[in-house]
Amino acid sequence: MEQQILILIYLLASVSFIMGLKMLSHPLTARKGNLIAAAGMAIAIFGTIFLYKNLETGLGLGNYSWIFSGLLLGTIVGTVVARKVKMTSMPEMVSMFNGMGGACAALISIVEFDHLSHLLANNPAESISAHQPMVLVIVLGLIIGTISFAGSMIAWGKLNGNIGDLSFKGQSVLNLLILAIILVLAVLLILNPANTVLIYIILILAVIYGIMFVMPIGGADMPVVISLLNSFTGVAAAFGGFLYDNKVMLTGGILVGAAGTFLTLLMCKAMNRSLKNVLIGSFGGNKTIAGGTSSNFQGTVKEISMSDAATVLAYAHKVMIVPGYGLAVAQAQHVCHELEKTLTERGVEVSYAIHPVAGRMPGHMNVLLAEADVPYEKLEEMEQANESFKQTDVTLVLGANDVVNPAAKTDPSSPIYGMPILDVELSKNVIVNKRSMKPGYAGIENELFFRPKTSMLFGDAKKVLQDLVAEIKAN
Amino acid sequence: MILMIFVGIEVIGRVPSVLHTPLMSGANAIHGVVIIGAIIVMGKAEPGNYLALTLGFLAVFLGTLNVVGGFVVTDRMLEMFKSKKKGN
Repeated sequence: MEQQILILIYLLASVSFIMGLKMLSHPLTARKGNLIAAAGMAIAIFGTIFLYKNLETGLGLGNYSWIFSGLLLGTIVGTVVARKVKMTSMPEMVSMFNGMGGACAALISIVEFDHLSHLLANNPAESISAHQPMVLVIVLGLIIGTISFAGSMIAWGKLNGNIGDLSFKGQSVLNLLILAIILVLAVLLILNPANTVLIYIILILAVIYGIMFVMPIGGADMPVVISLLNSFTGVAAAFGGFLYDNKVMLTGGILVGAAGTFLTLLMCKAMNRSLKNVLIGSFGGNKTIAGGTSSNFQGTVKEISMSDAATVLAYAHKVMIVPGYGLAVAQAQHVCHELEKTLTERGVEVSYAIHPVAGRMPGHMNVLLAEADVPYEKLEEMEQANESFKQTDVTLVLGANDVVNPAAKTDPSSPIYGMPILDVELSKNVIVNKRSMKPGYAGIENELFFRPKTSMLFGDAKKVLQDLVAEIKAN
Repeated sequence: MILMIFVGIEVIGRVPSVLHTPLMSGANAIHGVVIIGAIIVMGKAEPGNYLALTLGFLAVFLGTLNVVGGFVVTDRMLEMFKSKKKGN
Protein backbone atom coordinates (compact mmCIF):
# COMPACT_ATOMS: atom_id res chain seq x y z
CA MET A 1 0.00 0.00 0.00
CA GLU A 2 2.70 2.45 1.03
CA GLN A 3 4.60 1.63 -2.12
CA GLN A 4 1.59 2.53 -4.23
CA ILE A 5 1.30 5.83 -2.44
CA LEU A 6 4.99 6.49 -3.03
CA ILE A 7 4.63 5.73 -6.72
CA LEU A 8 1.70 8.11 -6.85
CA ILE A 9 3.72 10.77 -5.07
CA TYR A 10 6.57 10.37 -7.53
CA LEU A 11 4.16 10.63 -10.41
CA LEU A 12 2.71 13.79 -8.93
CA ALA A 13 6.19 15.23 -8.41
CA SER A 14 7.20 14.43 -11.99
CA VAL A 15 4.08 16.12 -13.29
CA SER A 16 4.78 19.14 -11.11
CA PHE A 17 8.29 19.40 -12.56
CA ILE A 18 6.97 19.34 -16.10
CA MET A 19 4.24 21.84 -15.30
CA GLY A 20 6.69 24.00 -13.38
CA LEU A 21 9.18 24.08 -16.22
CA LYS A 22 6.42 24.78 -18.71
CA MET A 23 5.12 27.68 -16.64
CA LEU A 24 8.64 28.99 -16.11
CA SER A 25 8.87 29.63 -19.80
CA HIS A 26 6.09 32.23 -19.76
CA PRO A 27 6.63 35.54 -17.98
CA LEU A 28 3.21 35.65 -16.38
CA THR A 29 3.15 32.18 -14.90
CA ALA A 30 6.85 31.83 -14.20
CA ARG A 31 6.77 32.42 -10.50
CA LYS A 32 3.89 30.09 -9.85
CA GLY A 33 5.66 27.47 -11.95
CA ASN A 34 8.70 27.70 -9.75
CA LEU A 35 6.60 27.24 -6.64
CA ILE A 36 4.79 24.26 -8.12
CA ALA A 37 8.07 22.57 -8.94
CA ALA A 38 9.32 23.33 -5.43
CA ALA A 39 6.19 21.81 -3.90
CA GLY A 40 6.63 18.73 -6.08
CA MET A 41 10.18 18.42 -4.86
CA ALA A 42 9.09 18.71 -1.24
CA ILE A 43 6.52 15.91 -1.45
CA ALA A 44 8.99 13.71 -3.33
CA ILE A 45 11.61 14.21 -0.62
CA PHE A 46 9.29 13.55 2.30
CA GLY A 47 7.58 10.72 0.49
CA THR A 48 10.96 9.07 0.03
CA ILE A 49 11.96 9.55 3.64
CA PHE A 50 8.82 8.06 5.11
CA LEU A 51 7.53 5.60 2.54
CA TYR A 52 10.58 4.19 0.78
CA LYS A 53 11.15 0.49 1.29
CA ASN A 54 14.09 -1.55 0.19
CA LEU A 55 12.60 -4.10 -2.17
CA GLU A 56 15.01 -6.87 -1.21
CA THR A 57 14.94 -6.55 2.55
CA GLY A 58 11.55 -4.92 2.94
CA LEU A 59 13.07 -2.51 5.42
CA GLY A 60 12.35 1.20 5.49
CA LEU A 61 15.05 3.80 5.66
CA GLY A 62 17.08 4.33 8.79
CA ASN A 63 19.50 6.96 10.00
CA TYR A 64 16.79 9.59 10.26
CA SER A 65 18.89 11.84 12.45
CA TRP A 66 21.60 11.99 9.81
CA ILE A 67 19.14 12.61 7.02
CA PHE A 68 17.28 15.34 8.83
CA SER A 69 20.39 17.13 10.03
CA GLY A 70 21.70 17.12 6.46
CA LEU A 71 18.40 18.43 5.17
CA LEU A 72 18.16 21.08 7.84
CA LEU A 73 21.71 22.29 7.41
CA GLY A 74 21.37 22.37 3.64
CA THR A 75 18.10 24.27 3.88
CA ILE A 76 19.49 26.89 6.22
CA VAL A 77 22.71 27.44 4.30
CA GLY A 78 20.92 27.36 0.95
CA THR A 79 18.27 29.86 2.00
CA VAL A 80 20.71 32.26 3.60
CA VAL A 81 23.11 32.19 0.68
CA ALA A 82 20.36 32.53 -1.90
CA ARG A 83 18.70 35.40 -0.04
CA LYS A 84 21.87 37.33 0.56
CA VAL A 85 23.36 37.10 -2.89
CA LYS A 86 23.23 40.27 -4.96
CA MET A 87 21.20 40.24 -8.13
CA THR A 88 24.31 40.95 -10.15
CA SER A 89 26.14 37.89 -8.92
CA MET A 90 23.21 35.60 -9.67
CA PRO A 91 24.94 33.71 -12.48
CA GLU A 92 27.77 32.44 -10.32
CA MET A 93 25.24 31.47 -7.68
CA VAL A 94 23.37 29.29 -10.14
CA SER A 95 26.67 27.80 -11.18
CA MET A 96 27.59 27.00 -7.60
CA PHE A 97 24.28 25.33 -6.80
CA ASN A 98 24.63 23.37 -9.98
CA GLY A 99 28.06 22.18 -8.86
CA MET A 100 26.57 21.05 -5.56
CA GLY A 101 24.03 18.92 -7.43
CA GLY A 102 26.82 17.40 -9.49
CA ALA A 103 28.86 16.67 -6.38
CA CYS A 104 25.81 15.07 -4.80
CA ALA A 105 25.41 12.74 -7.77
CA ALA A 106 29.10 11.85 -7.70
CA LEU A 107 29.02 11.08 -3.97
CA ILE A 108 26.04 8.79 -4.41
CA SER A 109 27.99 6.88 -7.02
CA ILE A 110 31.00 6.51 -4.75
CA VAL A 111 28.93 5.21 -1.86
CA GLU A 112 27.00 2.84 -4.06
CA PHE A 113 30.19 1.53 -5.59
CA ASP A 114 31.68 0.99 -2.19
CA HIS A 115 28.55 -0.88 -1.18
CA LEU A 116 28.71 -3.02 -4.29
CA SER A 117 32.38 -3.85 -3.94
CA HIS A 118 31.82 -4.97 -0.37
CA LEU A 119 28.99 -7.14 -1.54
CA LEU A 120 31.19 -8.73 -4.18
CA ALA A 121 34.11 -9.21 -1.82
CA ASN A 122 31.97 -10.89 0.80
CA ASN A 123 30.15 -13.16 -1.61
CA PRO A 124 32.68 -14.55 -4.07
CA ALA A 125 29.96 -16.76 -5.46
CA GLU A 126 28.03 -13.72 -6.63
CA SER A 127 28.35 -13.49 -10.37
CA ILE A 128 30.00 -10.31 -11.54
CA SER A 129 28.09 -10.11 -14.78
CA ALA A 130 24.81 -9.64 -12.96
CA HIS A 131 26.15 -6.44 -11.46
CA GLN A 132 27.84 -5.05 -14.53
CA PRO A 133 24.91 -2.90 -15.69
CA MET A 134 24.82 -1.36 -12.25
CA VAL A 135 28.54 -0.60 -12.37
CA LEU A 136 28.02 1.05 -15.74
CA VAL A 137 25.33 3.33 -14.32
CA ILE A 138 27.41 4.10 -11.25
CA VAL A 139 30.50 4.96 -13.25
CA LEU A 140 28.63 7.15 -15.72
CA GLY A 141 26.90 8.97 -12.87
CA LEU A 142 30.26 9.49 -11.22
CA ILE A 143 31.99 10.80 -14.33
CA ILE A 144 29.24 13.19 -15.35
CA GLY A 145 28.53 14.38 -11.83
CA THR A 146 32.21 15.03 -11.15
CA ILE A 147 32.79 16.88 -14.40
CA SER A 148 29.75 18.98 -13.67
CA PHE A 149 30.98 19.71 -10.16
CA ALA A 150 34.54 20.62 -11.11
CA GLY A 151 33.42 22.59 -14.15
CA SER A 152 30.81 24.51 -12.19
CA MET A 153 33.30 25.44 -9.52
CA ILE A 154 35.66 26.82 -12.15
CA ALA A 155 32.78 28.67 -13.81
CA TRP A 156 31.84 30.08 -10.43
CA GLY A 157 35.40 31.27 -9.81
CA LYS A 158 35.61 32.77 -13.27
CA LEU A 159 32.39 34.72 -12.93
CA ASN A 160 33.64 35.89 -9.56
CA GLY A 161 36.72 37.15 -11.26
CA ASN A 162 38.92 34.96 -9.08
CA ILE A 163 40.05 32.68 -11.86
CA GLY A 164 41.32 33.93 -15.19
CA ASP A 165 41.28 32.29 -18.57
CA LEU A 166 43.93 29.75 -19.24
CA SER A 167 44.52 28.21 -22.59
CA PHE A 168 47.49 26.73 -24.29
CA LYS A 169 48.23 25.03 -27.55
CA GLY A 170 46.95 21.52 -27.87
CA GLN A 171 44.63 21.93 -24.95
CA SER A 172 41.64 20.50 -26.75
CA VAL A 173 43.72 17.53 -27.83
CA LEU A 174 44.85 16.97 -24.26
CA ASN A 175 41.26 17.27 -23.05
CA LEU A 176 40.11 14.68 -25.54
CA LEU A 177 42.95 12.45 -24.42
CA ILE A 178 41.91 12.71 -20.77
CA LEU A 179 38.32 11.97 -21.71
CA ALA A 180 39.46 8.95 -23.70
CA ILE A 181 41.49 7.66 -20.75
CA ILE A 182 38.49 8.12 -18.47
CA LEU A 183 36.31 6.10 -20.83
CA VAL A 184 38.89 3.32 -21.18
CA LEU A 185 39.26 3.09 -17.41
CA ALA A 186 35.48 3.03 -17.07
CA VAL A 187 35.28 0.07 -19.45
CA LEU A 188 38.03 -1.71 -17.52
CA LEU A 189 36.18 -1.10 -14.29
CA ILE A 190 32.95 -2.48 -15.70
CA LEU A 191 34.76 -5.60 -16.88
CA ASN A 192 36.34 -6.08 -13.49
CA PRO A 193 34.43 -4.29 -10.71
CA ALA A 194 36.77 -5.78 -8.09
CA ASN A 195 39.48 -3.38 -9.18
CA THR A 196 38.39 -0.59 -6.85
CA VAL A 197 41.44 1.63 -7.37
CA LEU A 198 40.16 2.42 -10.83
CA ILE A 199 37.12 4.32 -9.60
CA TYR A 200 39.30 6.73 -7.67
CA ILE A 201 41.56 7.27 -10.65
CA ILE A 202 38.44 7.96 -12.70
CA LEU A 203 37.27 10.39 -10.05
CA ILE A 204 40.53 12.32 -10.10
CA LEU A 205 40.71 12.37 -13.88
CA ALA A 206 37.11 13.56 -14.10
CA VAL A 207 37.91 16.44 -11.75
CA ILE A 208 40.88 17.36 -13.93
CA TYR A 209 38.80 17.09 -17.06
CA GLY A 210 36.08 19.30 -15.58
CA ILE A 211 38.65 21.96 -14.74
CA MET A 212 40.45 21.77 -18.07
CA PHE A 213 37.19 21.83 -19.96
CA VAL A 214 35.98 25.12 -18.51
CA MET A 215 39.37 26.79 -18.01
CA PRO A 216 39.93 28.12 -21.55
CA ILE A 217 36.37 29.29 -22.13
CA GLY A 218 35.97 33.05 -22.20
CA GLY A 219 33.74 34.86 -19.75
CA ALA A 220 31.18 35.81 -22.38
CA ASP A 221 30.57 32.16 -23.14
CA MET A 222 30.21 31.25 -19.50
CA PRO A 223 26.38 31.25 -19.48
CA VAL A 224 26.39 28.65 -22.23
CA VAL A 225 28.81 26.54 -20.25
CA ILE A 226 26.76 26.80 -17.09
CA SER A 227 23.66 25.82 -19.00
CA LEU A 228 25.52 22.86 -20.45
CA LEU A 229 26.84 21.79 -17.06
CA ASN A 230 23.30 22.19 -15.78
CA SER A 231 22.09 19.62 -18.26
CA PHE A 232 25.06 17.40 -17.31
CA THR A 233 23.92 17.36 -13.73
CA GLY A 234 20.44 16.54 -14.98
CA VAL A 235 21.83 13.51 -16.80
CA ALA A 236 23.82 12.51 -13.71
CA ALA A 237 20.61 12.66 -11.70
CA ALA A 238 18.92 10.49 -14.30
CA PHE A 239 21.65 7.86 -13.89
CA GLY A 240 20.89 7.95 -10.19
CA GLY A 241 17.30 7.25 -11.19
CA PHE A 242 18.39 4.17 -13.14
CA LEU A 243 20.43 3.03 -10.20
CA TYR A 244 17.51 3.02 -7.80
CA ASP A 245 14.88 2.46 -10.44
CA ASN A 246 13.43 5.69 -9.13
CA LYS A 247 10.92 7.30 -11.45
CA VAL A 248 11.05 10.82 -10.16
CA MET A 249 14.83 11.04 -10.35
CA LEU A 250 14.69 9.62 -13.83
CA THR A 251 12.04 12.01 -15.10
CA GLY A 252 13.46 15.04 -13.31
CA GLY A 253 16.97 14.29 -14.51
CA ILE A 254 16.07 13.59 -18.12
CA LEU A 255 13.76 16.59 -18.19
CA VAL A 256 16.52 18.91 -17.06
CA GLY A 257 19.04 17.13 -19.27
CA ALA A 258 16.92 17.66 -22.37
CA ALA A 259 15.68 21.12 -21.45
CA GLY A 260 19.18 22.19 -20.43
CA THR A 261 20.71 21.00 -23.68
CA PHE A 262 18.03 22.75 -25.66
CA LEU A 263 18.47 25.93 -23.63
CA THR A 264 22.20 25.74 -24.28
CA LEU A 265 21.57 25.58 -27.99
CA LEU A 266 19.12 28.49 -27.76
CA MET A 267 21.72 30.59 -26.00
CA CYS A 268 24.33 29.73 -28.58
CA LYS A 269 21.92 30.79 -31.26
CA ALA A 270 21.28 34.11 -29.54
CA MET A 271 25.01 34.74 -29.63
CA ASN A 272 25.38 33.25 -33.07
CA ARG A 273 28.00 30.80 -31.91
CA SER A 274 28.08 27.11 -32.49
CA LEU A 275 28.35 24.88 -29.47
CA LYS A 276 31.51 23.41 -30.89
CA ASN A 277 33.09 26.86 -31.05
CA VAL A 278 32.19 27.57 -27.50
CA LEU A 279 33.61 24.30 -26.29
CA ILE A 280 36.84 24.45 -28.18
CA GLY A 281 37.14 28.02 -26.98
CA SER A 282 37.79 29.81 -30.24
CA PHE A 283 37.55 33.13 -28.44
CA GLY A 284 40.82 32.33 -26.78
CA GLY A 285 42.33 30.97 -29.97
CA ASN A 286 41.51 33.96 -32.13
CA LYS A 287 42.53 36.55 -29.63
CA THR A 288 46.03 37.02 -30.99
CA ILE A 289 44.90 37.34 -34.59
CA ALA A 290 42.22 39.85 -33.72
CA GLY A 291 44.64 41.81 -31.60
CA GLY A 292 46.87 42.14 -34.64
CA THR A 293 44.26 43.62 -36.92
CA SER A 294 42.63 45.80 -34.33
CA SER A 295 45.71 47.91 -33.80
CA ASN A 296 45.38 48.95 -37.44
CA PHE A 297 42.60 51.44 -36.90
CA GLN A 298 44.17 54.12 -34.84
CA GLY A 299 41.50 56.73 -35.09
CA THR A 300 41.14 59.36 -32.45
CA VAL A 301 38.91 58.84 -29.51
CA LYS A 302 36.73 61.79 -28.69
CA GLU A 303 35.95 62.42 -25.07
CA ILE A 304 32.90 64.27 -23.87
CA SER A 305 32.62 66.20 -20.63
CA MET A 306 29.97 65.41 -18.08
CA SER A 307 28.09 68.67 -18.57
CA ASP A 308 28.11 68.33 -22.34
CA ALA A 309 26.80 64.81 -22.08
CA ALA A 310 24.06 65.99 -19.73
CA THR A 311 23.07 68.78 -22.10
CA VAL A 312 22.99 66.50 -25.12
CA LEU A 313 20.80 64.05 -23.26
CA ALA A 314 18.49 66.65 -21.77
CA TYR A 315 17.74 68.32 -25.10
CA ALA A 316 17.30 65.17 -27.12
CA HIS A 317 13.90 63.99 -28.29
CA LYS A 318 14.60 60.35 -28.06
CA VAL A 319 17.27 58.57 -26.05
CA MET A 320 18.07 54.89 -26.18
CA ILE A 321 20.01 53.31 -23.35
CA VAL A 322 22.11 50.25 -24.10
CA PRO A 323 22.99 48.62 -20.81
CA GLY A 324 25.75 46.06 -20.66
CA TYR A 325 28.04 44.11 -18.42
CA GLY A 326 29.63 47.28 -17.03
CA LEU A 327 26.27 48.44 -15.70
CA ALA A 328 25.71 45.10 -14.06
CA VAL A 329 29.13 45.10 -12.41
CA ALA A 330 28.79 48.67 -11.16
CA GLN A 331 25.28 47.78 -9.89
CA ALA A 332 24.08 50.95 -11.51
CA GLN A 333 20.64 49.69 -12.51
CA HIS A 334 18.87 51.87 -9.93
CA VAL A 335 20.72 55.03 -10.91
CA CYS A 336 20.10 54.15 -14.51
CA HIS A 337 16.38 54.08 -13.82
CA GLU A 338 16.69 57.42 -12.09
CA LEU A 339 18.36 58.92 -15.15
CA GLU A 340 15.58 57.52 -17.28
CA LYS A 341 12.94 59.06 -14.99
CA THR A 342 14.71 62.42 -14.88
CA LEU A 343 14.89 62.50 -18.65
CA THR A 344 11.29 61.41 -19.03
CA GLU A 345 10.17 64.23 -16.75
CA ARG A 346 11.85 66.64 -19.12
CA GLY A 347 9.87 65.20 -21.98
CA VAL A 348 12.58 63.03 -23.46
CA GLU A 349 11.45 59.70 -24.80
CA VAL A 350 13.65 57.05 -23.24
CA SER A 351 13.81 53.36 -23.90
CA TYR A 352 16.27 50.55 -23.33
CA ALA A 353 17.78 48.39 -26.02
CA ILE A 354 18.44 44.94 -24.66
CA HIS A 355 20.76 42.66 -26.54
CA PRO A 356 19.86 39.01 -26.01
CA VAL A 357 23.15 38.38 -24.23
CA ALA A 358 23.44 41.70 -22.44
CA GLY A 359 24.67 41.45 -18.88
CA ARG A 360 26.23 38.27 -17.73
CA MET A 361 23.65 35.78 -18.90
CA PRO A 362 20.86 35.88 -21.45
CA GLY A 363 17.99 37.66 -19.78
CA HIS A 364 20.14 38.79 -16.89
CA MET A 365 19.81 42.44 -17.85
CA ASN A 366 16.03 42.16 -17.82
CA VAL A 367 16.17 40.82 -14.30
CA LEU A 368 18.45 43.63 -13.19
CA LEU A 369 16.34 46.35 -14.73
CA ALA A 370 13.22 44.74 -13.33
CA GLU A 371 14.85 44.91 -9.92
CA ALA A 372 15.23 48.66 -10.40
CA ASP A 373 11.51 48.93 -11.32
CA VAL A 374 12.10 49.83 -14.94
CA PRO A 375 8.74 49.36 -16.67
CA TYR A 376 8.61 46.36 -18.93
CA GLU A 377 7.35 48.42 -21.91
CA LYS A 378 10.53 50.47 -21.90
CA LEU A 379 12.64 47.48 -22.81
CA GLU A 380 13.13 46.82 -26.48
CA GLU A 381 14.43 43.58 -27.90
CA MET A 382 17.18 43.65 -30.45
CA GLU A 383 15.19 43.75 -33.72
CA GLN A 384 12.80 46.33 -32.39
CA ALA A 385 15.64 48.43 -30.99
CA ASN A 386 17.55 48.37 -34.25
CA GLU A 387 14.49 49.95 -35.90
CA SER A 388 14.23 52.56 -33.15
CA PHE A 389 17.86 53.64 -33.41
CA LYS A 390 17.05 55.37 -36.70
CA GLN A 391 14.84 57.88 -34.89
CA THR A 392 17.13 58.22 -31.92
CA ASP A 393 19.06 61.39 -31.16
CA VAL A 394 21.37 60.05 -28.51
CA THR A 395 22.27 56.46 -27.71
CA LEU A 396 23.85 56.00 -24.33
CA VAL A 397 25.93 52.84 -24.15
CA LEU A 398 26.54 51.86 -20.55
CA GLY A 399 29.34 49.40 -20.12
CA ALA A 400 28.43 47.36 -23.18
CA ASN A 401 31.10 46.59 -25.70
CA ASP A 402 31.01 43.47 -27.81
CA VAL A 403 27.27 43.68 -28.40
CA VAL A 404 27.68 47.04 -30.13
CA ASN A 405 30.89 46.26 -31.98
CA PRO A 406 30.40 46.90 -35.70
CA ALA A 407 33.21 44.46 -36.45
CA ALA A 408 30.62 41.72 -35.97
CA LYS A 409 29.10 42.89 -39.24
CA THR A 410 32.06 44.19 -41.19
CA ASP A 411 35.16 42.25 -40.27
CA PRO A 412 35.10 38.55 -41.16
CA SER A 413 38.37 37.96 -39.32
CA SER A 414 36.85 39.16 -36.07
CA PRO A 415 36.09 36.43 -33.55
CA ILE A 416 32.62 37.85 -33.05
CA TYR A 417 31.91 38.10 -36.77
CA GLY A 418 28.32 37.13 -37.46
CA MET A 419 27.05 37.82 -33.99
CA PRO A 420 23.92 39.95 -34.18
CA ILE A 421 24.63 43.37 -32.70
CA LEU A 422 22.76 46.49 -31.75
CA ASP A 423 23.14 49.03 -34.54
CA VAL A 424 23.79 51.99 -32.31
CA GLU A 425 25.43 53.76 -35.21
CA LEU A 426 22.06 54.35 -36.81
CA SER A 427 21.33 56.98 -34.19
CA LYS A 428 22.56 60.56 -34.52
CA ASN A 429 24.94 60.52 -31.57
CA VAL A 430 26.48 57.80 -29.50
CA ILE A 431 27.81 58.34 -26.00
CA VAL A 432 29.75 55.42 -24.67
CA ASN A 433 30.38 55.06 -20.98
CA LYS A 434 33.20 52.71 -20.12
CA ARG A 435 35.70 52.51 -17.37
CA SER A 436 38.63 52.44 -19.76
CA MET A 437 39.51 51.60 -23.32
CA LYS A 438 40.08 48.02 -22.31
CA PRO A 439 38.47 45.55 -24.68
CA GLY A 440 35.43 43.53 -23.62
CA TYR A 441 35.10 39.82 -23.11
CA ALA A 442 35.87 38.90 -26.65
CA GLY A 443 39.24 40.56 -26.18
CA ILE A 444 38.95 42.77 -29.24
CA GLU A 445 39.05 46.48 -29.85
CA ASN A 446 35.82 48.18 -30.74
CA GLU A 447 35.91 50.28 -33.86
CA LEU A 448 32.78 52.05 -32.70
CA PHE A 449 34.75 54.04 -30.16
CA PHE A 450 36.84 55.59 -32.91
CA ARG A 451 33.92 56.65 -35.09
CA PRO A 452 33.20 60.37 -35.50
CA LYS A 453 29.65 59.99 -34.13
CA THR A 454 30.92 58.46 -30.95
CA SER A 455 32.07 60.29 -27.87
CA MET A 456 33.45 58.61 -24.80
CA LEU A 457 32.50 59.26 -21.21
CA PHE A 458 34.98 57.42 -19.03
CA GLY A 459 34.28 56.33 -15.50
CA ASP A 460 32.44 53.83 -13.37
CA ALA A 461 28.88 53.46 -14.65
CA LYS A 462 27.26 54.19 -11.33
CA LYS A 463 29.31 57.31 -10.63
CA VAL A 464 28.87 58.64 -14.14
CA LEU A 465 25.11 58.12 -14.01
CA GLN A 466 24.81 59.83 -10.64
CA ASP A 467 26.74 62.82 -11.96
CA LEU A 468 24.62 62.88 -15.09
CA VAL A 469 21.39 62.89 -13.10
CA ALA A 470 22.73 65.71 -10.92
CA GLU A 471 23.80 67.73 -13.95
CA ILE A 472 20.49 67.32 -15.72
CA LYS A 473 18.53 68.27 -12.60
CA ALA A 474 20.70 71.36 -12.16
CA ASN A 475 20.00 72.50 -15.71
CA MET B 1 12.63 8.19 -21.04
CA ILE B 2 12.60 9.12 -24.71
CA LEU B 3 9.25 10.69 -23.95
CA MET B 4 10.82 12.87 -21.28
CA ILE B 5 13.40 14.13 -23.76
CA PHE B 6 10.63 15.25 -26.06
CA VAL B 7 8.72 16.78 -23.19
CA GLY B 8 11.85 18.64 -22.13
CA ILE B 9 12.42 20.08 -25.57
CA GLU B 10 8.75 20.85 -26.11
CA VAL B 11 8.55 22.69 -22.81
CA ILE B 12 11.50 24.94 -23.56
CA GLY B 13 10.60 25.31 -27.21
CA ARG B 14 9.23 28.83 -27.28
CA VAL B 15 10.76 30.60 -24.38
CA PRO B 16 11.59 34.29 -24.73
CA SER B 17 15.23 35.12 -24.08
CA VAL B 18 14.09 37.32 -21.22
CA LEU B 19 13.45 34.22 -19.20
CA HIS B 20 16.59 32.26 -19.98
CA THR B 21 18.23 33.07 -16.70
CA PRO B 22 15.30 32.20 -14.43
CA LEU B 23 14.57 29.12 -16.50
CA MET B 24 18.11 27.89 -16.18
CA SER B 25 17.94 28.52 -12.49
CA GLY B 26 14.63 26.69 -12.21
CA ALA B 27 15.91 23.71 -14.16
CA ASN B 28 18.94 23.81 -11.92
CA ALA B 29 16.73 23.45 -8.89
CA ILE B 30 14.79 20.58 -10.45
CA HIS B 31 17.85 18.45 -11.07
CA GLY B 32 18.28 18.67 -7.34
CA VAL B 33 16.14 15.50 -7.40
CA VAL B 34 19.46 13.73 -6.96
CA ILE B 35 18.79 14.42 -3.33
CA ILE B 36 16.33 11.55 -3.32
CA GLY B 37 19.15 9.25 -4.28
CA ALA B 38 21.22 10.73 -1.50
CA ILE B 39 18.44 10.10 1.00
CA ILE B 40 18.12 6.51 -0.13
CA VAL B 41 21.87 5.98 0.16
CA MET B 42 21.79 7.48 3.60
CA GLY B 43 18.82 5.47 4.77
CA LYS B 44 20.25 2.20 3.53
CA ALA B 45 23.68 2.64 5.07
CA GLU B 46 24.43 0.39 8.01
CA PRO B 47 24.95 2.43 11.18
CA GLY B 48 28.56 1.28 11.41
CA ASN B 49 29.56 2.17 7.89
CA TYR B 50 31.08 5.57 8.46
CA LEU B 51 32.31 6.08 4.91
CA ALA B 52 28.79 5.72 3.61
CA LEU B 53 27.33 7.78 6.42
CA THR B 54 29.77 10.66 5.99
CA LEU B 55 29.60 10.77 2.23
CA GLY B 56 25.84 10.27 2.35
CA PHE B 57 25.49 13.10 4.81
CA LEU B 58 27.57 15.32 2.59
CA ALA B 59 25.47 14.30 -0.40
CA VAL B 60 22.21 15.08 1.40
CA PHE B 61 23.62 18.42 2.50
CA LEU B 62 24.85 19.40 -0.96
CA GLY B 63 21.69 18.15 -2.62
CA THR B 64 19.53 20.20 -0.28
CA LEU B 65 21.70 23.20 -0.97
CA ASN B 66 21.04 22.66 -4.66
CA VAL B 67 17.29 22.28 -4.25
CA VAL B 68 16.59 24.99 -1.70
CA GLY B 69 19.11 27.48 -3.04
CA GLY B 70 17.94 26.89 -6.59
CA PHE B 71 14.29 27.49 -5.85
CA VAL B 72 14.90 30.49 -3.61
CA VAL B 73 17.15 32.18 -6.15
CA THR B 74 14.67 31.55 -8.93
CA ASP B 75 11.86 32.92 -6.81
CA ARG B 76 13.84 36.05 -6.04
CA MET B 77 14.49 36.65 -9.71
CA LEU B 78 10.87 36.18 -10.62
CA GLU B 79 9.65 38.25 -7.73
CA MET B 80 11.11 41.23 -9.50
CA PHE B 81 9.18 40.65 -12.65
CA LYS B 82 6.01 40.35 -10.66
CA SER B 83 6.33 43.33 -8.32
CA LYS B 84 6.98 45.51 -11.31
CA LYS B 85 3.79 44.38 -13.02
CA LYS B 86 1.75 45.16 -9.95
CA GLY B 87 3.40 48.57 -9.77
CA ASN B 88 1.94 49.55 -13.08
